[in-house]
Amino acid sequence: MNQQSQPLFEIFIRSKRGLDHRHVGSLHAEDSVQALEYARDVYLRRSEGVSIWVVRSSDITASQESDVASFYDPMDDKPYRHATHFKLPKEVDNM
Amino acid sequence: MAPRQEALLNYCIALGDDSLMLGHRLSEWCRNGPFLEEDLALTNTALDFIGRARMFFSYAAEIDDKGRSEDDFAYLRDCREYRNFLINELPNGDFAFTMARQLMVDAYDVGFFAGLSQSSDPMLAGIAAKAIKESRYHLRRSEDWILRLGDGTEESHERTQNAFNALWGYAAEMFDMTDEEQQLVKAGIAVDRGGLKADWVTTMHAVLSKATLEIPADSWAIGGGRKGEHSEHLGFLLAELQFLQRAYPGQQW
Repeated sequence: MNQQSQPLFEIFIRSKRGLDHRHVGSLHAEDSVQALEYARDVYLRRSEGVSIWVVRSSDITASQESDVASFYDPMDDKPYRHATHFKLPKEVDNM
Repeated sequence: MAPRQEALLNYCIALGDDSLMLGHRLSEWCRNGPFLEEDLALTNTALDFIGRARMFFSYAAEIDDKGRSEDDFAYLRDCREYRNFLINELPNGDFAFTMARQLMVDAYDVGFFAGLSQSSDPMLAGIAAKAIKESRYHLRRSEDWILRLGDGTEESHERTQNAFNALWGYAAEMFDMTDEEQQLVKAGIAVDRGGLKADWVTTMHAVLSKATLEIPADSWAIGGGRKGEHSEHLGFLLAELQFLQRAYPGQQW
């Protein structure tokens, strides 16, 4: 089987209930069903998670390096948008 | 040793042998898999089977009155003392052959371990409860692959059909009980394997027809594994499996 002909999938894993899915890596598979099985075999060998998402890499639209000036720079001088003055109760975990 | 204990010991050894041989065969795919992801998946499956072999052999070592260890059972017996079904010792062949064998064994294992998890022997029931979860996943994988291969290209279809034709007669002994095993069934310890056949046939028919494959005719059957009669392949397998313990007895790392 030619690896080049297989689409690439991005793998997201939720490590435990209450947390978000996190990107852990990518792999090649014939389709999303197979990608889910391989994600189990490649990324969950040491029981790292309770839930898996697979997304075809070509379905992801990503921001470009050239967008930096218009996308991110304007936020640098707007500190009032940060919620830094709020004190979080200890019970609020994983923010 | 009481006959019941001896029967239980032999039962554990036979189940350990089934897992050890197939685990070893699957481990031969390590670094030879068709692509990286599948290589890892095959190796994971191999480790599941070898883990099972360890559980059965360490239980056998507990029962044994000759003081043999799990390593003794795995590494220091000769061909005729192994009790695995022949299907588990056959060489891997091509990927279609490996997956066709896997489907046949996985479909059998799902039924078998469901039965064994009800055993009156708590250790066997415990091992089975762990194994059945693995086997359900193995079956999902092998079924998926047979559908892809059977209903794939002309070449993959032909290779998969040839594999099932070459393997079909090896299924018979999986449902053929020994007298000793019958005694354990009466005691509520062992699984009546004969009773697993109907479900197994149903599963195979469903998957093969969906994969556009023909069910091979029941025109031949070969067995003898549970009596220690093996194919010529087992000796070569053991030569590799046992090399280290034979060359350096008692070696550990």
